[in-house]
Amino acid sequence: MSGRTSARKATNLVVAALATGAALLSLAVLASILWTLIARGAPALRLSTLTTSMAPTGEHGGLANAIVGSLIQVGIGMLIATPIGVLAGTYLSEYAKGSKLGDVTRFVSDILLSAPSILIGLFVYVLLVATTKTYSGFAGAVALAVIAIPIIIRTTEDMLSLVPVALREAAAALGAPKWKVVTQIAWRAAGSGMLTGILLALARAAGETAPLLFTSLGNLNWSTSLGKPMASLPVAIYQFASSPYEDLVQLAWAGALLITLGVLAINIIAQLTVGRRS
Amino acid sequence: MPDAVTIPTATSDAAPLARRRVSPLPENLFSATVIGSGLIVLLLLGAIIVMLADGAWPALKAFGIAFFWSPVWDSVNDKYGAGIMVYGTVLSSVLALLIAVPLSIGVAYFLTEILAAPFRRAVGVVIQLLAAIPSIIYGMWGFFVLAPWLAAHFILDVADLAAPVPGLNKILDYGSGNSVFTAGLVLAVMILPLITAMFVEILGATPVVLKESAYGLGCTRFEVVRSVAVPYGRRAMIGAVMLGLGRALGETMAVTFVVGNATRLSPNIFAQGSTIASTIANEFNEAGFGSMKLAALLGLGLTLFIISFIVLAASRALVAPRAVS
Repeated sequence: MSGRTSARKATNLVVAALATGAALLSLAVLASILWTLIARGAPALRLSTLTTSMAPTGEHGGLANAIVGSLIQVGIGMLIATPIGVLAGTYLSEYAKGSKLGDVTRFVSDILLSAPSILIGLFVYVLLVATTKTYSGFAGAVALAVIAIPIIIRTTEDMLSLVPVALREAAAALGAPKWKVVTQIAWRAAGSGMLTGILLALARAAGETAPLLFTSLGNLNWSTSLGKPMASLPVAIYQFASSPYEDLVQLAWAGALLITLGVLAINIIAQLTVGRRS
Repeated sequence: MPDAVTIPTATSDAAPLARRRVSPLPENLFSATVIGSGLIVLLLLGAIIVMLADGAWPALKAFGIAFFWSPVWDSVNDKYGAGIMVYGTVLSSVLALLIAVPLSIGVAYFLTEILAAPFRRAVGVVIQLLAAIPSIIYGMWGFFVLAPWLAAHFILDVADLAAPVPGLNKILDYGSGNSVFTAGLVLAVMILPLITAMFVEILGATPVVLKESAYGLGCTRFEVVRSVAVPYGRRAMIGAVMLGLGRALGETMAVTFVVGNATRLSPNIFAQGSTIASTIANEFNEAGFGSMKLAALLGLGLTLFIISFIVLAASRALVAPRAVS
């Protein structure tokens, strides 16, 4: 009896040790990633990295055109995605309870949410690049919008469904029509949560590389024209990291550090927005 | 009766009410807008399927249904099939799950059962942040740190050990730092935070009463998790694993850096290989508008779409549907 009990206690201890080991190993690996990022990225990150355009090896180029290109494409992408995502999420939460069309829309949005991002790139390539016979910054922005839309839909629906029914009923009892209940009561009550979803979508779009490879292509030169190939930070990192030149690889690490800091900063802001609400 | 006296006031209020009823324009406009946005989402998926299928059609017509499994990728003679890439995609993703799932279970156990409560929220936030790091960062780390380390300290030793064992020495043969195995490892690291976060949430959702009853019977911590929490959340946990699998199958940047990008079939996991996504990313700029190669690459995309759809449908069938919860 006591032998069995001690065996069970020993098993418990062994499992605890294994679990702690797994946690430490995972922590070590993730620390290695962050350490590599900082150790290789920070020394290469200078003010000139932010102010000069990309250049061939040996010419002391920077990443300015890639940063601006990313800002333009992500910005336009979010301008397209935010209204569609918020309205479609509102449809699912407020207008589609129990309807067949709503269920189908929700399922389709989930498929889009988990679709590999490279397929979004291929889709926009066939839709906009193959038809116009030119890679363009606009195609890149559309691809990023398609990535962001399902994320915004999901969070908008989830946040709106947290708004108490009593609030809506109170407004309806005062004679407010449904669109006013939705826009002035539900949207306001769920506002910070919906904003969090938009920020998370923004962070995700900013770090995407694969959908931009066949849409905006990347561009070594300074270009802000939406009708021409446009540089972006992730594609610039990809091109430089796979080059054989040490100075370009260093620049890739600097870009990697920049984009990680940016994405993490947006995520932290999003977390704080949620924290303040609850 | 005083109550009756108030009725006329109510009817006099009815006038603006009636006016509101005859102008339903804003209401109709708003509902049309939100329904229209929902329809855009449906159109979007329809367009993705149609565009991929249409673009892939020349390849499917030329090579038939066998395109999906034929292990031929010959750019010189313009003969293509998805077999090699499907193999690499599935192999690297399964390797990733074999590594990431046990680790995630361990980490989730540590976070929910061993770590002191005050630290849990902070660690939870850190995991979410790690899950948000762009996948290209994992790819660069794999290429510049992990692959050289594996080549120097791991692959030769393991291949030496496996060499005398027939069968095993074909799977664990001498190879390169950039391999399907390395891709699996990088994918494992990438999906680890994702799966762990879901496991923590699922294990944390076990009703406290159930766990306390088990403790009351004298169960140890491990026995409570094994016999109460895990059976309670089993379906959701398998669903979480499927979601992780879906992410690994379609990942491009984390894989393209480290998989070696060789289009040949090998049982050796330390050999250079390729996945669907890595091949598309790697060879797309060699394919001109309207070429057979472009059609074949779009066919690869269609194959990937079908695979990830099957995995998503499976994960949804396992997790309790959102509509119910």
